Amino acid sequence: MTTVVNPGKRDRLWRGVVIATPYLWLLLFFLVPFAIVLKISFADPLVAQPPFTAFFDWSADAGNRVLATLDNYRFLLEDKLYLVSYLKSIKIALISTGLCLLLGFPMAYAIALTPYPWRNLLLLLVILPFWTSFLLRVYAWMVMLGKQGLINQMLMSMGLIDEPLQMLYTDGAVYLGIVYTYVPFMILPLYATLEKLDLDLHEAAADLGARPLQVFRDVTLPLAIPGIIAGCLLVFIPALGEYVIPALLGGLDSLMIGRTLYDEFFVNRDWPLASAVAVVLLLILILPIMLFQRLQQETDA
Amino acid sequence: MSTASDGKQASPGEAGSGTPWKDPSQQPFIELQSLSKHFGQFAAVDDISLKIYRGELFTILGGSGCGKSTLLRMLAGFEKPTAGRILIDGVDLTETPPYERPVNMMFQSYAVFPHMTVEQNIAYGLKKEKLGRAEIAQRVEEMLQLVQLPQLAKRKPNQLSGGQSQRVALARALIKRPKVLLLDEPLAALDKKLREQTQFELMNLQDQLGITFVVVTHDQEEAMTLATRIAVMDAGRFVQIGTPSEVYEFPCNRFIADFFGKINVFEATVVTSDGQYLTARLDDSDTEIRTRHEQSLVPGSRCAIGVRPEKLLISTQAPTGEAYTVTRGVVEDLAYYGNRSLYRVRSQSGRVIQVSAQNYQRSAELLLEWDDEVFLSWDSGCSVVLTE
Repeated sequence: MTTVVNPGKRDRLWRGVVIATPYLWLLLFFLVPFAIVLKISFADPLVAQPPFTAFFDWSADAGNRVLATLDNYRFLLEDKLYLVSYLKSIKIALISTGLCLLLGFPMAYAIALTPYPWRNLLLLLVILPFWTSFLLRVYAWMVMLGKQGLINQMLMSMGLIDEPLQMLYTDGAVYLGIVYTYVPFMILPLYATLEKLDLDLHEAAADLGARPLQVFRDVTLPLAIPGIIAGCLLVFIPALGEYVIPALLGGLDSLMIGRTLYDEFFVNRDWPLASAVAVVLLLILILPIMLFQRLQQETDA
Repeated sequence: MSTASDGKQASPGEAGSGTPWKDPSQQPFIELQSLSKHFGQFAAVDDISLKIYRGELFTILGGSGCGKSTLLRMLAGFEKPTAGRILIDGVDLTETPPYERPVNMMFQSYAVFPHMTVEQNIAYGLKKEKLGRAEIAQRVEEMLQLVQLPQLAKRKPNQLSGGQSQRVALARALIKRPKVLLLDEPLAALDKKLREQTQFELMNLQDQLGITFVVVTHDQEEAMTLATRIAVMDAGRFVQIGTPSEVYEFPCNRFIADFFGKINVFEATVVTSDGQYLTARLDDSDTEIRTRHEQSLVPGSRCAIGVRPEKLLISTQAPTGEAYTVTRGVVEDLAYYGNRSLYRVRSQSGRVIQVSAQNYQRSAELLLEWDDEVFLSWDSGCSVVLTE
C-alpha cells in the first residue's frame, strides 16, 4: 500500500482551510447569534427561564408548530419612544461622523504629508488612546466635565465664569465623547488613502492653473473618497449603537437606541422586544451599506 | 492671457533656422540669472545663469542628483529659488505661483488624473481658464487629433498603455498653449521602439507648434537626438553647453567625454603649445600628434588626448597618408553588430583601445578576427585635448 499524499490535494486542502476560517468565524460568532436574536424577536415575553416563548412547539396537540408573532415589531411602530430613539441615534451618529470627518481629514492629511520618522510618531499618537481602556477614558471625561471638574475649575479660576457650567449630562458631552473616541477610526483609513496619493497629481493640477483650493477640490477630495467612505462607516456604525458614552456622559433625555435596548433587556427583561429593536437597528445599518455597494459596482462596470 | 498669438508668432521657419545663441542681438526667451537653490547646506542648483531662445528644444542632461530636476521645478514654480531670477519672455516670474505661469509641464510619472477620462484630463487646464464649453470641446478635439488619440477620449487612465498615457500628459500640457513646455524625462518610461517613434513625434510637434521646449533627461542618447542645445549638469552647475555635435566632438573635459558615448583616452606630455595648436607626445607609442587646442599649456606638462572609437581606423596593413599611426596591437575581443563591429584592441603598451568600424564591405575575408595583428591610426583633427 502506498501512502503518498498527492501534493496538489494537500495544497487544495490548505487553501480550503484558509478560505473557510473567516467564513467559519463569521458563521459562528455573527450569523448564528443573529439567527438566535432574530428568532427571539418573533417570540412573546414570559416570566420564565428563558424569558420568552419557544419558536417551535413540539407538543403533540399543537396544530401550527411554528409560534411566531410580529407583535414586537408592531409595538416598535406604536410606541413613539422607539422612533424617537432611532431618530436621535441617527442624528447623533450623523453629526458625530461629520465632526470626525472635519477633524480627521486635516489630521490624516497632515500625517500623510509629514516625512518619516515623524510620521510614525504621529500615527502612534493617534493609536495611543487605545492603550487605555475605553471605559476609563470616558470616566476621565466625566471628571473633567463635571460641575467641580477640571474645566469648570480652570474657567472659574481664570475669572471667565462665576458659577460652574453644566457640561456633563448634555448632548454636547455625548458628541464630545463620541468624536473623541471614534476620530482615530476616521483618521486611519483616511491616512491610508491620502498617503498613497501621488503628489505629482497636485503639482500637475497647479501647473494647469488650479489654485490650492481648487487642487484640493478637483484632485485631493475625489481621490480620497474611498478613505472618506471607509472612515465614515467605521465611525457611523458603532456610533449609532453606542451605549456607554450616552449612558455616562449624556443626560436622561439623551435617549439613544443603545440605551433603549439596554433598558428593554436588563430593566424590563423583555427579551423579544429588545431583540426586535436590535434587528431593526441592524437593518438601518446594513441597508445603506448594501445600497452603496450596489451603486459602486454599477459605476465600476 | 493670449498665449495663442505668441505661439503663432514663432513660426517654425523663424524658430528652426540659425543659431540664435551665437547672435548677441537676439533676445533670450528664457533667462536664468544666477539661480540657486539650497536645501539646508546642500546646493542643488548652484549659481546658474542661462539663456534659452524662442523655439529652442533645450535639453538639460545629467545624472541623478545633479540638480536638473530642481532646476526644472523652479521653472515650473514648484520650488522657490534661494537666490537669482527667472525671466520668461521678458517677464520676471520668480515670485509667480505655478498656477499663474505661462509654462506647462509634462511629468515623468505623467501624473494623469486617474479619476478623469482622457477628455477631462486634457480639458482640465482650459476649465481652470474658465473658457466656454464650446471652445473647450473644440480645442480638446484638436488636441486629441494632434496626439492621435481621438478614439480613446472616453477612456479612464487605467485603461491606457504607457505610450497612450504619455500622449495624454503631453496633450494636457500643450492645450493651454504655454510659452514654454517643460518635459521631465519624457521618454524614460517607454520601451525602446516606442521611444524612437515618440522622440521624432516630439521633435515634429515642437517644430509645428513653435513652443520652446525644455527637456530634462539622464539619457545622453535622448538628449543628442532631441536637442537644439544640451546643457550638461553636474553637482548643481553646468559643465558644458553646446549643440549635440559640439558636446560630442569637442567635450570640454573627461566627464563630458565619458558621459557622451565611448572615448579612448591617451596620456601624453605637452611638447609645444601656442594657444591655437598643441603638440603632444603620446606615452603609448611615442608618436607626436598635433591638434587644435585654444588654451596654452606649459611644455612638459601632462595632458590627455581623447579619440572616439569610430574615429580610429583599424587595418591589417600600415596606413599611409595624413593619418598618424598610433600603435599596433592585437584584436582581443570583437562584437559584430551587423552594420558595424566593435573591436577591443590590446596595444603594445598593454592598454585596451576600443575601435568601432563600419562594415561597409560584405566579403567575410575582410572582417578581422580574434588575435589578428592590426594597426590603429586616426586623423589628428579628430582628437581632442581633455582637461580634468
